[in-house]
Amino acid sequence: MCLAIPGQVKTLYEANGLRMGKIDFGGVLKEVCLAYLPDVAVGDWAVVHVGFAISKLDEAAARETLRNFRDLGLLDDEIGRSPEDGP
Amino acid sequence: MKYLDEFRDNDLARRLFDEIRRITTRRWTIMEVCGGQTHAIIRHGLDQLLPPEIELVHGPGCPVCVTPLEVIDRALAIAVQPEVIFCSFGDMLRVPGSTGDLLRVKSGGADVRVVYSPLDAVALARQHPQRDVVFFGIGFETTAPANAMTIHAAKREGLRNFSLLAAHVRVPPAIEAIVASPGNRVQAFLAAGHVCGVMGYHEYPPLAERHCVPIIVTGFEPLDILEGIRRAVAQLEAGETRVENAYERVVTFDGNQAALAMIREVFEVTDRAWRGIGIIPASGWRLRDEYRNFDAQHRFAVTGLAATEPTVCRAGEVLQGRIKPHECPAFGTSCTPRTPLGATMVSSEGACAAYYHAGRFIPLGLSGSTRDDHPAAV
Repeated sequence: MCLAIPGQVKTLYEANGLRMGKIDFGGVLKEVCLAYLPDVAVGDWAVVHVGFAISKLDEAAARETLRNFRDLGLLDDEIGRSPEDGP
Repeated sequence: MKYLDEFRDNDLARRLFDEIRRITTRRWTIMEVCGGQTHAIIRHGLDQLLPPEIELVHGPGCPVCVTPLEVIDRALAIAVQPEVIFCSFGDMLRVPGSTGDLLRVKSGGADVRVVYSPLDAVALARQHPQRDVVFFGIGFETTAPANAMTIHAAKREGLRNFSLLAAHVRVPPAIEAIVASPGNRVQAFLAAGHVCGVMGYHEYPPLAERHCVPIIVTGFEPLDILEGIRRAVAQLEAGETRVENAYERVVTFDGNQAALAMIREVFEVTDRAWRGIGIIPASGWRLRDEYRNFDAQHRFAVTGLAATEPTVCRAGEVLQGRIKPHECPAFGTSCTPRTPLGATMVSSEGACAAYYHAGRFIPLGLSGSTRDDHPAAV
């Protein structure tokens, strides 16, 4: 229930007084309530729980995290030390 | 898929494993709170690739697992009433109550329907004005905003045939209960990333300080979980007890303000019983009095509930990280996903189901294991 995957907002509209939209999850379009993301725009990525988008996915933060992972251990690689050598 | 595949990258995972191995000098016990993280850890075998000094214990963050038996029994009693359409997330259908489960009452003729979102249940209430539509509102902070908005919208619309059987639970009081319990051996927590997506993580610094535990807000993909573990180990090795956010692409310190405002509008904090664990103070939400007409507990008089758990099931100890699923004598024998004794064997987020589906019937086989000398229960 707490699992959720990110999807991309494709359309925005209103239904029964609620801000709704269609979100693309890897090719599957689902209707989602977007009332909790008042500033979300078409093209943004969001995390959805039980039909409600709860968090916008910060694409810059995602790239930054991956960059940090890539940098991990690079210093060790450069000085030719293997991780098994210990600290 | 974008923002999933990148966080499952083998090469980067190897770097994280190497780094964790490099910085680990002592034994550490870390709890991942969320059942979704437990499943990712077991499915990808992350725990088997960590240095043997690091033990992951699995937390109570499985909403289906901790929903009290009495609430399941109440749901069953409501679902069999002829005017009722009882709507639930699919996970709940096979969770055993005292005398059966929702799937069994459905096969006996009750109108039980699986919905993806509580808004689907409201749509059913609109379509069937002569029926009484009840939505089983369980879950942690991730489902509370959906249920709050649904009830708010139903009230605004003037729907008279819709109600919520609410059994919401909150994560921080559960972490507090675990870390403050006399037998606790958890030294650091991976906090549930999506719960923090809603709530932020401003509730955690006082907890970390009070109990001297690092708390790392952690996501759900393998690299996210390894990064959470890496940061926890780095803090433990350095003797630090801070709160860190390792899931920055989704989580902010303050959380989703619109969702928090709606939760406060519709729900109020209450003590809540957790299945297998007992009452944890201030660990749940219930509907405020202004929404009483939408509260299934008040709408349907159910009496004579006498909840009884099977005595052999040790799900409570599993949920508190005291034993691993395969240490329960019923695991894989009298208790399987087809014939579950406890909810932890049913749910896609339950630790017992995770172990069963991954074929984990015996403890991790480590040469020179440092783990087997742990008492099974503390």
